[in-house]
Amino acid sequence: MTVEAPTLADPHDWLRRRSRWSVFEIAFWVASLLPFFLFQTYLPLASQIAITALFAVSVDLVLGYAGVVTLGHAMFFGLGAYSAGLISKAGWGEPLTGLIIAGLFAGLVGYIASFIIVRVQHLALIMITLGFCLLTYELANSMSWLTGGTDGLQGVETWPILGVFRFDLWGYAAYGYALAALFLGLVLSRRIVHSSFGLSLRGIRENVRRMPAIGSDYRGHLQKIYTISAVMAGCAGALLTQTTDTVSLDTLSFQRSADVVVMLVLGGTGRLYGAVVGTIIFMVARDQLSDMNPQYWYFWIGLLLMVVVLLMPRGILGSLAQLARRRD
Amino acid sequence: METQQPALRTEALCKSFGSLKVTRDVTFELPRGARYALIGPNGAGKTTLINLITGEMRPDSGRILLDGREVTQAPTMARVRQGLTRTFQINTLFPDLTPIEAVLLAICERDRAAGQFWRSLTSHRVAIDESFEILTRLRLAEVATRPTRTLPYGQQRLLEMALALATKPKVLLLDEPAAGVPKDESAALFSVIAALPGDIAVLFIEHDMDIVFSFASRIIVLVSGGVLLEAEPAVVRGDPRVREVYLGKVGHV
Repeated sequence: MTVEAPTLADPHDWLRRRSRWSVFEIAFWVASLLPFFLFQTYLPLASQIAITALFAVSVDLVLGYAGVVTLGHAMFFGLGAYSAGLISKAGWGEPLTGLIIAGLFAGLVGYIASFIIVRVQHLALIMITLGFCLLTYELANSMSWLTGGTDGLQGVETWPILGVFRFDLWGYAAYGYALAALFLGLVLSRRIVHSSFGLSLRGIRENVRRMPAIGSDYRGHLQKIYTISAVMAGCAGALLTQTTDTVSLDTLSFQRSADVVVMLVLGGTGRLYGAVVGTIIFMVARDQLSDMNPQYWYFWIGLLLMVVVLLMPRGILGSLAQLARRRD
Repeated sequence: METQQPALRTEALCKSFGSLKVTRDVTFELPRGARYALIGPNGAGKTTLINLITGEMRPDSGRILLDGREVTQAPTMARVRQGLTRTFQINTLFPDLTPIEAVLLAICERDRAAGQFWRSLTSHRVAIDESFEILTRLRLAEVATRPTRTLPYGQQRLLEMALALATKPKVLLLDEPAAGVPKDESAALFSVIAALPGDIAVLFIEHDMDIVFSFASRIIVLVSGGVLLEAEPAVVRGDPRVREVYLGKVGHV
C-alpha cells in the first residue's frame, strides 16, 4: 500500500496547530490592558469581570472539557473568599500567600468532594453539586461567629501586592492583580487542555463508557480536574475578598453557581475563552441593564440566554469560530 | 511454564437475569494466536459472554483467567491494562474527537501518560507516530484529522478496531466487527483482522457464515447461554445439531 504523503496531513503538525497561540488570543490580552488607559471609571467593573472570568474558566475545565455538569461551584469560590478573608483578619494581609492558601484550602475540599462527584452522573450529579453548595452556604450562615453571617465578614485588610502596589480607590492595583491572576489561570488551563490529560478529559466528555474499555482510570482523571478546578475557583474567590476587603454570603450562593454556568453557555463551553467572553457579556449587560432597570434586568439575560442556546448552540465564541472556519 | 497457559480461559461461567439463565457453565480456552469465532442464534448470549469476560458484567459464578491469572473480580480498566480488549457491536466512539486524537488517547492511557497535565500533547512524539501508523494500517490515515462523527459508517467500524489495537491487546474480543457493513466492505475488514499480529488471540462474533468459515480456525457454538459445540469449522459445518438450531434456520450452507 503506497501512502500518498503530500495529501496526508502531518499529524504532528496538525496537533501543533491546534495548541498554538492565535492572533485573537494575543489581541485579547492586549485589549485587556485598555481599561488602564481608556475606561478608568470602569476599573472596578473590569476587575470584577477578570475575577469572575477566572471562576468561569475553572468551571469550564470540569463542565466544558470533562463534561461534569455542576451547579455548585460557588462553594469553592466562597470557600476561597472566606479563607482569604479569615487569613487577613487573623493578621496576615499579604495577598499572594493568602491567595495560595485560600486556593489550596478550596482544592482540599474539592478533592474530598470529588470522591462522591465521580460516582454519580446526570441529574444525580447536578443535585449532588447543588447540595454541596447549599450545605456550605448554610454552614457559613450558621457559623456567624466566624463568618459574620448575613452581615458578611468585615475588617478584612489586604497589604500592598509584593509590598509595593497599594490597593487604590480607583482600582488600578485591583485590576492589575486580577488580570494577572486571570492570565496565569488561562495559561495554566491552556497547558492542561493541550496535554494528554486534556485529551483524556475530552474523551470522558465524549464517551465515558468507552474509557474503561481503552484501559482508562477515568475516575482518577475526574478527581484530578475537579481538584484543580476547585483550586482555581478558590483563588477567584480569594481575589474578590482581597480586592474588595469584604466577604458576603452571596459568594457561596446558588445564584453565583447558576450565573457562572449561564456565562459559560453564553460564551461557549469547552474553549476557555468562551468562559471569558461569556463573563464579559454577562457582567457588562448586568452593569448596563441594572442601571436602566434594576428590578427586571434578568429578563434580558433570560432572553439572551434563550437566543444563544437556540441559535448558537456552541455559544457566541463557538459560533464565531465556526463562521471564521467556514470562510477559510 | 507461562507459555503453556492459554491466553484466555473461562471456567464454568454462569449469569442469570432473574430466572432467565443467559450464560450457563461456559468453559473454553483461547490459545495464543487463536482465530476463534463465537456463533449462535440471536439471544444465545454471545454479547453477554463478552461483557462477562471484559468485566462490564460480573458473573454469578465461575472464573476468568487471563494468561493464567485470575481476573474474575478485576474492573474492566484493569483487564484492558493486562491485555484483554474488546470492540463494540454498536459504535462506541468519541464523536467530537478526530481519529488521530482518539487513538492517541488510547495509547496515552496504555502508556499511563494520560494523567500528565504539564506536558504538551505534541511532545508525545512516539505515541503520535504510533497512532498514525495504526490508522495507516487500517486505511484511516486520510481521515485522521476529521471529527469522528463526520466519518462514514464503515470507517467508524475500522476506528473501533483501531482503538482496540492501540491498547496492544493479547486477547481481542470482536463483537460483530462488521455489523452493518456491506458485504464487500466486511471482507476487507476481516482481511485486516486476518493480518493482525500472530500472537494476538482473537475471538469474534459474526453472523455471516462465509466469513466465519473462511477466517475462523475453530468455532464455538453458543445456544441458550451454553456451549453446544466447540470444534473445527469442518466439524461444525457437518454437525446436525448445529444445522438444526442455527444454520438450518438461517438457510446458509
